Amino acid sequence: MSTDAQNRVEIETVGLRAYFGNVRALHGVSLEMPRHQLTALIGPSGCGKSTFIRCLNRLHEEIPGARAEGRVLLEGQDIYRPGSDPVIIRRRIGMVFQRPNPFPAMSIYENVASGLLLAGVRSRSVLDPIVERSLRQAALWDEVKDQLRKPGTRLSGGQQQRLCIARALAIDPPVLLMDEPTSALDPISTARIEELLVELKKAVTVVMVTHNMQQAARISDRTAFFLMGEMVESGPTDVVFTNPRDQKTEQYITGRFG
Amino acid sequence: MKTSRAFDLWRKAKSRVAISLLLLGCGLAVLPLFAILLHLVREGASSIDWNFFTQVQKPVGELGGGMAHAIVGTIAQVGLASLVGIPLGLACGIYLSEYGGRERLAGPVRFALELLASTPSILVGVFIYGAIVVPMKKFSLFSGSLALMLILLPLVARTSEELLRLIPQHLREAGLALGLPRWKVILSVVVRSAWPGVWAAILLGIARIAGETAPLVLTSFGNPSFARGLDQPSASLPLQIYTYSISPFEEWHRMAWAGALVLVLTVLILNAITRLTGGSNEHRRAE
Amino acid sequence: MKADRIFLQILRVAAGASLLVLAAFFIQLFWAALPAFRAAGAGFFTSTDWSPGQQEFGAGAFIYGTLVSSVLALLISVPVSVATALCLTELLPARLAGVISFVVEMLAAIPSVVFGLWGVFVLSPVLRATVQPFLAEKLPWVPLFSGPPLGIGMMSAGVILAIMITPTLTALSREVFLAIPRLQREAALALGATRWEAIRVAVLQSAKGGLWGAIILGWGRALGETMAVTMVIGNRPQVSASLFAPAQTLAAVLANEYAEATDDLHLSALAAVGFTLLLVSTVIHLGAKLWIRRGGKA
Repeated sequence: MSTDAQNRVEIETVGLRAYFGNVRALHGVSLEMPRHQLTALIGPSGCGKSTFIRCLNRLHEEIPGARAEGRVLLEGQDIYRPGSDPVIIRRRIGMVFQRPNPFPAMSIYENVASGLLLAGVRSRSVLDPIVERSLRQAALWDEVKDQLRKPGTRLSGGQQQRLCIARALAIDPPVLLMDEPTSALDPISTARIEELLVELKKAVTVVMVTHNMQQAARISDRTAFFLMGEMVESGPTDVVFTNPRDQKTEQYITGRFG
Repeated sequence: MKTSRAFDLWRKAKSRVAISLLLLGCGLAVLPLFAILLHLVREGASSIDWNFFTQVQKPVGELGGGMAHAIVGTIAQVGLASLVGIPLGLACGIYLSEYGGRERLAGPVRFALELLASTPSILVGVFIYGAIVVPMKKFSLFSGSLALMLILLPLVARTSEELLRLIPQHLREAGLALGLPRWKVILSVVVRSAWPGVWAAILLGIARIAGETAPLVLTSFGNPSFARGLDQPSASLPLQIYTYSISPFEEWHRMAWAGALVLVLTVLILNAITRLTGGSNEHRRAE
Repeated sequence: MKADRIFLQILRVAAGASLLVLAAFFIQLFWAALPAFRAAGAGFFTSTDWSPGQQEFGAGAFIYGTLVSSVLALLISVPVSVATALCLTELLPARLAGVISFVVEMLAAIPSVVFGLWGVFVLSPVLRATVQPFLAEKLPWVPLFSGPPLGIGMMSAGVILAIMITPTLTALSREVFLAIPRLQREAALALGATRWEAIRVAVLQSAKGGLWGAIILGWGRALGETMAVTMVIGNRPQVSASLFAPAQTLAAVLANEYAEATDDLHLSALAAVGFTLLLVSTVIHLGAKLWIRRGGKA
């Protein structure tokens, strides 16, 4: 595979603006998130990074009064072009939330397969291998392979979050969005998820919001720094952390504020 | 994950149909209120005149009858029931909220009140019938009031308990720290703070018993004119509506509609007032 | 403090009085019902022959009528109430939802006798003139729709009851749906679910247990409705397969016959009917509360 293909951009935004009613929460963000790399979004609370990520799968507009403008290109195509259906777009993008949220009325198996079950796939011969692959990718298979029928909520917090990762991966999305996926977990579960992400990004492009800078430094390839609705700076992680262009970036990273 | 275009369209269509059905269901739920109000106004408004409020039941064929006796009967019975039921209910509510933790009696009392609140009101009538009407050998306004009181009591008790519980502990402590005796703290601080909600609950309770019919069928029974004493049978507005509507007389049917319109307007206004001033939303219908 | 002790005593007396009243309730009803129970035995519940004139007292027909009318009401009301609750929590903008829930609450405040009045003069004639002949014509081989369309009867009672329990069921369902965290819906949407699929997966499936508790509570309320039922059900102590036929319920027969009954056994039988109703209503109510307390799991 040539370097060009490797560095091809999977998803990018061009002049993305987001509003809650009349309040503008994001001011024209243009960011490229390259294929098979993990891009971390950092910044203080309320800087807009969660809003940004929710614009990538058009979840932002589900909030009453909220809207987004600008372009978001997924594999070259603008997901906000008039006439495009957010429901279809969301099937190409996976999302994992801050708090683990497996569906309580479903078993582990059903949770992982829920995206496919909704799409009408019923055949066990099709679902079984997908469920196993997703659970392996989420580093959960060995722990639950004998209890696939158990309810999804019986697992520990860290396991539930990995279950949610498997659920998102089962629909085979090229991009996986993660909104502070480990902030509600203990350090050991956090470490396990970070491990699996390092493996995972070889197959899936990951965009991750995190308030933990050490986490961003550990596992991301690129980092973008957000402040008050603007993206201040972005670039390869080691550059952003050791030699930032902007003074505000440096102040945040060295702990001056945020 | 690739899915067929046709299937995606099918899913979208299914979603649209399902959402439309949900909205249709919602419309169906709202429709009856308007239908009922419409008919009440259409059939009843024309029969409401001065006679309605001042005359008593006239024999069939004679015009100019009214429901004065029923209205007075309702006011009397609701008034008597409230006179006893409200203080008693408040007392139970205070008992459960302020002393509930330490008193052994509290659990059974709460259970009893909850059971009482959930029994059909006709059974309250049956109870009073056996306990009072039979020994007295007659139907009476008194027994009607008693039945209404038994329906009002658990309502007031449970709601006031809930509201008093909501008052934060530090307010009580502040009162005690000022050197006030406990009973004064309860009445002047706790009940006083919860009063708007308690008052709303009382109004709702009154609205509820004003509409009760079933227990009165067996206790105050009805009367073509004013009751001459507490130990005499008495008419009441909902009971009169019932009696008139199952009769075969056209004139009485019209009065039934008029009476229903007056009753519903009164009840709805009371409810709307309490709702708009932030009242509670636990509702039970009057039988 | 002396005053404090007096205060507590007063409260204790008040509280104790309500406990005594409840005890008196059960005891008095049971006592009055005893002669009838002794005379009829278990046949009281199974026999459908209720003829006061011949000293025959079987409450079977009332039990049947109570069950059928309340179940019919649930069949109509549950889908409507759940749909309304879903609209209020998931679909409608906040202001419209507020107005609609206000309207539904007002419906809850209307006295039963007014529903009965409307049922007798508006609903039953409509059923008799349009719905029932339609059903009799299209589905004549279904026993549910056999017999002459009278308007007054089981169907009217079922429909009126459905309208009356809808506000309760809607309010209870709404509480169940509001308790489900927002995150569930977002997870479903993020998987590419359509609006309806998200509701089905994230809300309805999780709410099943709570909804059953609401349904049982609503059922308990339907059982106790008296005036509207007695005005539209026809007051005939009979069992019929047809929904068009008149019938009778436990609560309605009490309102209908108690005041005019003179015969001792008749009165006792009525008290027995009352006791039966009390038992059924209490068991269902307690059962529902227990179910809800255990989080809707069996």
